[in-house]
Amino acid sequence: MTTASAQPTVVHKKRPRFWTRFSRHRLAVLGAVILAVLAISCYGAAFIAPYDQDEQDLLLGPTPPSWDHLLGTDELGRDYLTEILYAGQLSLSLALGVALMATAIGVFIGAVAGYRGGWVDDLFMRITDLFLVVPAIALLALALQGLGRNPLSIVLVLSLIGWTYIARVVRGQVLSLREREFIDAARVIGAKDHQVLIRHILPNLGGLIAVNVALAVAGAIIIESTLSFLGFGVQPPQTSWGNMLSQASGLIGTSKVYLLYFPGLFILITVLAVNFVGDGLRDALDPRSTSQPTPRRGRS
Amino acid sequence: MRYALRRLLYSLPVLLVGSFLLFWAVRTVFDPLLKLRQVRDPSVIARETERLGLDQGILTQYWRWLSGFLTGDWGVSSRTSGDVRPMIQSALTVTLELLVWGLIFATLAAVLIGVWSAVRQYSLSDHTLTGLSYLGLALPAFWFGLMLIQVLAVWPQQMFGWSEPLFFFVGLSSPDQEPSFVDTARHMVLPVLTLTVGLVAVWSRFTRSSMLDALSSDYVRTARAKGVPRHRVVIHHALRNAWGPLITVIAIDAALLIGGLLVTEQVFSIPGMGRLFLDSLLAGDVFVLLPWMLITGIAVIVLNLFADIAYGVLDPRVRVT
Repeated sequence: MTTASAQPTVVHKKRPRFWTRFSRHRLAVLGAVILAVLAISCYGAAFIAPYDQDEQDLLLGPTPPSWDHLLGTDELGRDYLTEILYAGQLSLSLALGVALMATAIGVFIGAVAGYRGGWVDDLFMRITDLFLVVPAIALLALALQGLGRNPLSIVLVLSLIGWTYIARVVRGQVLSLREREFIDAARVIGAKDHQVLIRHILPNLGGLIAVNVALAVAGAIIIESTLSFLGFGVQPPQTSWGNMLSQASGLIGTSKVYLLYFPGLFILITVLAVNFVGDGLRDALDPRSTSQPTPRRGRS
Repeated sequence: MRYALRRLLYSLPVLLVGSFLLFWAVRTVFDPLLKLRQVRDPSVIARETERLGLDQGILTQYWRWLSGFLTGDWGVSSRTSGDVRPMIQSALTVTLELLVWGLIFATLAAVLIGVWSAVRQYSLSDHTLTGLSYLGLALPAFWFGLMLIQVLAVWPQQMFGWSEPLFFFVGLSSPDQEPSFVDTARHMVLPVLTLTVGLVAVWSRFTRSSMLDALSSDYVRTARAKGVPRHRVVIHHALRNAWGPLITVIAIDAALLIGGLLVTEQVFSIPGMGRLFLDSLLAGDVFVLLPWMLITGIAVIVLNLFADIAYGVLDPRVRVT
């Protein structure tokens, strides 16, 4: 009875507080706006991009940025901004897919390990130990070499290797949540393990999960581009920011080096924006971390 | 010390299981006799299968490799047909040089930046450094490396019309010159920056926050009240206590550092462990990949161990027996 009547008021109180706290974090708001603009222009590239995808102007060839082609053109005379926007579709989708999947796996394993304890927990800790010893990038390259370099296996491999961090964090949280009175209360009235986990523990992990998804998106964009550079990423004719960069990486010292600047800048801006949003989420959702942003506000 | 030994024993099974999984994975993915498949004569395949013991179970094969490895016989690379041990040794020598300079530079830079921002909290320089660390975290390292080449090596050379760039970006030494400190330094600057950009960003943030903790603690206030000069308080009292957690973080990031080698050595064509891994992986060269994983694994574990011990030395309160 008490929980049923208490819950709605908690939810109502939380909503406005979250938004006021998030909006007070100016960089986070800026990041969110940038992300929105980026997402709309990439996924809406068919309507927004200045030229058609793969529209070539072979007579023009590669040209530096100009008013006709804001970011210049590549060797085939394709408008580079258009190319980047279309490539962004795959980069952003991959990153989001990895972030969601890795977080889902990590939350599940971490929650079960923390809640159950015993051998499940031991096994889980040993597996994460294994991942700590081997450089992740080497493991990723190895797995992609085996599974093939298509977007699906990239999402799979990155998530299967990227879940350990969130799993550790969630496990720690669950370990302390498990001892709280409301969990005892739920057990006393006869809730099953999975009910306790889903109805009572999971909602308390909301903030943690949101922050982790943001951080994982940032990480996935960087790792995808790095794997592309090493030759294990998305293969042409599919384009991502990562493989645009890796294709342009040989142009150092030539007059076409501008082709190397822009995909990198897009990655940089996206990751910065995602990180700002992640910071904002953390500050808004975790009451304990308020000490950090307070002085920032005082400055402005 | 007993704690350290226990940790070491604890991580051995992890390494063993890891190396077996790797062995199994590489053997499943790659065909060690791929080169010979073009030969029409089936007896060649049969003979090689027999000679390499490929007809035996995977566990037996793994055991054969492991016992060879422990007695110093590391097998023959299928890519270069050379002995694996000298290959790894020469790659390791090259990489260690890069790694040591990288660690020294990254630690120094992180501590300097962290202490500076903590002492001048919320000043203009603190905010600038915070902004830079955000940038450092958001950069793909290989792109940063390529940009460094363009900005620090190619541009000045083109601008001033030099016959050679100020900083070299291929290899770690000039092939036609006597090795000298200046030559090495000119090769080292860009790779070290590339390798450490992300780490400096993280570690300096970490130093800053643990310095802030230390600076606001009672013993620092006491020292200040006694009239100890400010710089002495910062270095002797606060930094000494901020070191411990930092060293732990440095050790935890060791695997990250080794992963960074793959990228850095690829960008700057350095014939070290990172390049060796990539080349061997593309060729499915299991006898190089296995010792590679084991050696990096051991390196990470030893670094972790070292951090535990160093933490105990720096902060006697946490010494575990």
